[in-house]
Amino acid sequence: MPSRSPLLDERALGRTLVRMATEIVERGRGTDDLVLVGIQRRGVELADRLKRLIDQAEGSNVPTGKLDITLYRDDLQTIGPRPVVGETRLPNLDGRTVVIVDDVLYTGRTVRAALDECADFGRPRRILLCVLVDRGGRELPIQADITGLTVGTRPGDRVDVFVSELDGRDAVELART
Amino acid sequence: MAAPALGKDLVGLEPLSAEQIRLILDTAEPFKEVSERPIKKVPALRGKTIVNLFFEASTRTRISFEFAEKRLSADTVNVASTGSSVSKGETLVDTARNLEAMRIDMVVIRHGSSGAAQFLGHRIRSNVINAGDGKHEHPTQGLLDILTLRDRFGKIEGLKVAICGDILHSRVARSNIWGLTKLGAEVAVCGPATLLPRNVHELGVTVLPRIEDAIQWADALNVLRLQLERMHAGFLPSLREYNRVFGVTTERLAKAPKDLLILHPGPMNRGVEIDSDVADGPHSVILPQVTNGVAVRMAVLYLLAGGSPDWTQQTGGVD
Repeated sequence: MPSRSPLLDERALGRTLVRMATEIVERGRGTDDLVLVGIQRRGVELADRLKRLIDQAEGSNVPTGKLDITLYRDDLQTIGPRPVVGETRLPNLDGRTVVIVDDVLYTGRTVRAALDECADFGRPRRILLCVLVDRGGRELPIQADITGLTVGTRPGDRVDVFVSELDGRDAVELART
Repeated sequence: MAAPALGKDLVGLEPLSAEQIRLILDTAEPFKEVSERPIKKVPALRGKTIVNLFFEASTRTRISFEFAEKRLSADTVNVASTGSSVSKGETLVDTARNLEAMRIDMVVIRHGSSGAAQFLGHRIRSNVINAGDGKHEHPTQGLLDILTLRDRFGKIEGLKVAICGDILHSRVARSNIWGLTKLGAEVAVCGPATLLPRNVHELGVTVLPRIEDAIQWADALNVLRLQLERMHAGFLPSLREYNRVFGVTTERLAKAPKDLLILHPGPMNRGVEIDSDVADGPHSVILPQVTNGVAVRMAVLYLLAGGSPDWTQQTGGVD
């Protein structure tokens, strides 16, 4: 019997994002060289929200970009569902502090691909990883610098992130079969 | 698991569904951007080996395929009929089987015989992509023409496209007709009666005997290359007469009720089927066609290599 339990509701998600925005500015030592890069799909919406929160607090205008890592995946050979390739649009990354934003950190393979893709667009001074949910289960030596929520999961579980821009509501839920 | 989106081979647009054609066009969109990057390369086809097997002369198509392959990080080998064992009389299948014995993954083939790509596809395990076979089809040219039309008009449905010139010998015309009609465009063909296939209306197209009629009717003209060797075969009295009766000229276009988009698959015979003023004019998309060609071929290579899409809506949390 599949079960579904809430991890963050709308208000908790809002508070978490505010804290993450503050941490990004701290870790980035201000907003001058900051660039937020969201990973398609929901990382893009999260990066946009974090940008708005940072800009409100700091009076800044932090550039954002979006990254689709589909073409950098290492599993084209293995058969499996794969989303249609999305848009990649990045500002200049040279010498900047790039914050990669994604919804869920799991195996680390998406982030590995994102790091490779960023390297093809320029040479950032520093890259930070910011994720809303760290669900464990890493298959590569990758860790997040800024984490919204850490939750222990089993391999069959799914962590669903809903954002109102795409899904009509804000929530994080754990789906367990 | 989603079924392979396109199957093993791309031999033409006739066997594809409208949905599959749209998938290729939609997949081509993000690939346009790859060619604008400082490093014009993504690792999607790393480790794949692709052979470009060209039995007929080609500049644009072969180079476009080669760029597409290289920008996806595939390893490519070019084989031309001259200077290879083909000139010693080796058959197509033997050539391909020998290449396959070297563990290749894909073959891009251009051949003078209609059906060569399908023939090969049935006999080897590698993916086969048709880069033009005889008078049959040239699917990637059809796709890049349709992508260029979609870029300019926003959609294909309801669009009026006139294909002008030598329809009889043109694989480009056939791929355009199949693709455009499947996507809901209205297609007309226009050319001298000797260069129109008999029963061409059975493909779902209108025949417009005069270029003036095509210009009055269409939103876009796809002006085909007049294959000069046809003149010696008695299909045309002279090139000058062809230009006088069927040439797409500024004077003729000036009488159109609206601005017509001008496409040409190249190579152009300036002053024969198209005047230089038109080819270089503000409504010509001949060079954007070439740019789109690389993106469309990247999309086809990517999709055939296994980058099949997930048709279901995905929520977050899948890493």
